[in-house]
Amino acid sequence: MLSYALRRLAWSAATLFVMSLLVFAGVYAIGNPVDLLINPQADQAEIARATALLGLDRPLWEQYWLFFRGVLGGNLGISFAASVPAITLILERMPATLELALTAMLIAITLGIPLGLLSGLRPRSWLARTIMVLSTLGFALPTFWVGLMLIMVFSVQLGWLPTTGRGATVDVFGIPLSIFTVDGLRHLLLPATTLALFKLALLIRLTRAGTQDAMLQDYVRYARAKGLSERAVVQSHVLPNILIPIVTVAGLELGSLIAFAIVTETVFAWPGMGKLLIDSINVLDRPVIVAYLLATVCLFILINLLVDLLYAVLDPRVRARDTQ
Amino acid sequence: MRYPCTMKHRPLTKHLRLLCAALGLLAAGAGAAELRIGLSGEVTSLDPQYLAAQPNLTVARHVFESLTDVDPQTRLIPGLAERWRAIDANTWEFNLRRGVKFHDGSPFTADDVAFSLARPLSIKGSPGGFAAYVRAVASTTVVDAHTLRVKTKYPYGALPEDLNSILIVSKKHAQNAGPEDFDSGRALVGTGPYKYLRYQRGDRLELTRNEHWWGKTPAWNKVTLRILPADPSRTAALLSGELDAIEHVPSADIKNINKNNKLNVTQTTSWRTILLHLDQYRSQPPGVSDVNGKPLPANPFMDLRVRRAMSKAINRSAIAERVMEGLAVPAANIVSPGVFGHNSALKAEPYDPDGAKRLLSEAGYPNGFRVTLAGPNNRYINDEQVLQTVAQLLTRVGIQTRVEAAPMSAFLGRVRKEETSFALLGWGSFAADLSLRSLVAAPDTEKGYGAWNWGRYANPKVESLMEQALGSVDRNKREALAREAGTLAMQDLAFIPLHHQVVSWAMRADLAYVPRTDEFTFAHHFTPR
Repeated sequence: MLSYALRRLAWSAATLFVMSLLVFAGVYAIGNPVDLLINPQADQAEIARATALLGLDRPLWEQYWLFFRGVLGGNLGISFAASVPAITLILERMPATLELALTAMLIAITLGIPLGLLSGLRPRSWLARTIMVLSTLGFALPTFWVGLMLIMVFSVQLGWLPTTGRGATVDVFGIPLSIFTVDGLRHLLLPATTLALFKLALLIRLTRAGTQDAMLQDYVRYARAKGLSERAVVQSHVLPNILIPIVTVAGLELGSLIAFAIVTETVFAWPGMGKLLIDSINVLDRPVIVAYLLATVCLFILINLLVDLLYAVLDPRVRARDTQ
Repeated sequence: MRYPCTMKHRPLTKHLRLLCAALGLLAAGAGAAELRIGLSGEVTSLDPQYLAAQPNLTVARHVFESLTDVDPQTRLIPGLAERWRAIDANTWEFNLRRGVKFHDGSPFTADDVAFSLARPLSIKGSPGGFAAYVRAVASTTVVDAHTLRVKTKYPYGALPEDLNSILIVSKKHAQNAGPEDFDSGRALVGTGPYKYLRYQRGDRLELTRNEHWWGKTPAWNKVTLRILPADPSRTAALLSGELDAIEHVPSADIKNINKNNKLNVTQTTSWRTILLHLDQYRSQPPGVSDVNGKPLPANPFMDLRVRRAMSKAINRSAIAERVMEGLAVPAANIVSPGVFGHNSALKAEPYDPDGAKRLLSEAGYPNGFRVTLAGPNNRYINDEQVLQTVAQLLTRVGIQTRVEAAPMSAFLGRVRKEETSFALLGWGSFAADLSLRSLVAAPDTEKGYGAWNWGRYANPKVESLMEQALGSVDRNKREALAREAGTLAMQDLAFIPLHHQVVSWAMRADLAYVPRTDEFTFAHHFTPR
């Protein structure tokens, strides 16, 4: 087990290293952020001065070496545009994104699994058909469009919910969260729904397919033969068996929700990390881009780990294997 | 202005609504007026001297002020300096406004000005470019608390314009402050109409009125500047009543907002001129070839007849009316109408495809040639559509044009690597001579000329006039010289001017805003109707 963990750690470190190299070289190839940031009246001397101040006049390998040394010392670099440590910018925005992504995932799971089960158990009923049509829409409609439509209907026409931004926050252990205020929830509802839609559709499909497959298995037949009620069959035989792939996918999707909620955050002007990434790419703010992607990779690694742990909880066979 | 009851979003009975409105009116009468504005650009830092980007300056100018100010038509007016004059060719004297106080109550003096003029060069790691505005300054002398003399390294008439971009910070608060001190409000102490209240990076800045401001008391005692770069979201927030006003109304929404009787739109010609730079220094510019893809004997852009033919081939009024949906004015000048040095006698080149073909034959290109037109697709109003339209119009007269549009970051990277030969740029400036210095003067690192003259156009006559203009501290003389230089550059088509953009604001019908040529959005200039 230990060697497995160590091997995994080494792989993760290698991934981080290669990715930072790629991003570094990629941003370098696009152009000089000073050209984008600097005031147009600036002359050549001023552009050169600013370029040198940011260390962008050095050869790429040297820039990377300086960055690498900084990372070993716990410093991921300072944003060119904001003059604030990149990691500060990211951490500052992380609570907003986390609460958006987790709320979206919660919506997707609490609706997706029951609806998927329902349509998997009675695939020919009109309810199942309706659910399937709606889930197709969830796949087909672009997030950008859905977000705008929700804004137009619920904010502009009906005036029920605010259009954009994040609501009032309260500090929970020093972290500003908006899910505990009414204003915050009102602001959260539309973006979280928009973000949840695709994942909801995915979970419905996944649960339905798993259920349909499980219903044909021998153990279901035996369980029925044993005289168990349909409810008991589903609850204690079907559900536990189909949950493993669902947890895997949900875990991965949660990672992508957190890291790439960019479109939704842009439409709803949600001050999260995705919006930060877009803004940083626009001005080639390399320290923030690199730090962001490094943080994202770390997040994925962490989520994968949690998913593995969840397997152990869900599947007795995994537990048994580990204790051997 | 926001009423204390924001129950608008909740389903309410009619009576409650009426009550709420009544209470709101009472509150408004008592001076509890709030203005909420949607800004279009990302604010990166609250330090007013860290980055000279328009979104940062928009926010900063609510809190800070500069010595010279500009009116909505970009003409200089007194700011923190009541008067200024050139004592001799190399010395400017600024008489500061008396009785002005910083937000903390400390008096504003010439020391703060001297400090603020020296500060841009000392900020660590700033890509800001504010240093360009104090480049001409040799030294500053504090004569007394309200008089400051600025010596320039050479006779320099544009100093009052340049100093408009240097916001005056409080020496006491700024001298040991880092960027986080500005973002947290600790060092955000200015003399301006609004004081720092709260800031959430990437989301909003909240301000309260400075009750001791020397200027005309603004109508709003609280201002919220929301940062909403996504166009549809900004419009939606205005339509829903969450915002009172927005800047940079998306061109597609203007018609609908105009039809909405609860809202109104105000517009003016912006200082941003959209132009096409042409490679005028390489014998074989990249992307240029004959119609079969073989190299041409010479660079066609160096021939004035070709440049003129290209200018004639472009239907500017069609671009302004259709592609830009009315948000443009055909251009013939280096600066927009009303800007210092604009020549109203110059008329935009009329659309004349036959004339263009004739000129091309005359120049030895009866079959035309091939070019690649590069430009950004996320910077200016409808920029990519403008590129496509220009390409089609040029192709119609035989110049087969391929478009390469890319995000500004990638596009600028290619320009700096000199991979483009025909490229679109937008430019805004207070004065024709300043524009000429950046766009038309031959690139010269020593003198700081032509940093944005991508085509390396060079014309000693234009340059000499421009130098005379910049060197004269007599404004009338300077404007005449700048106008002459700009006219000459345009007659020689140093670049091809396309249009001046139109900038627009949308707001509640009971608000008014004098549209500004420099595109700035200031809460204190909004007034109730």
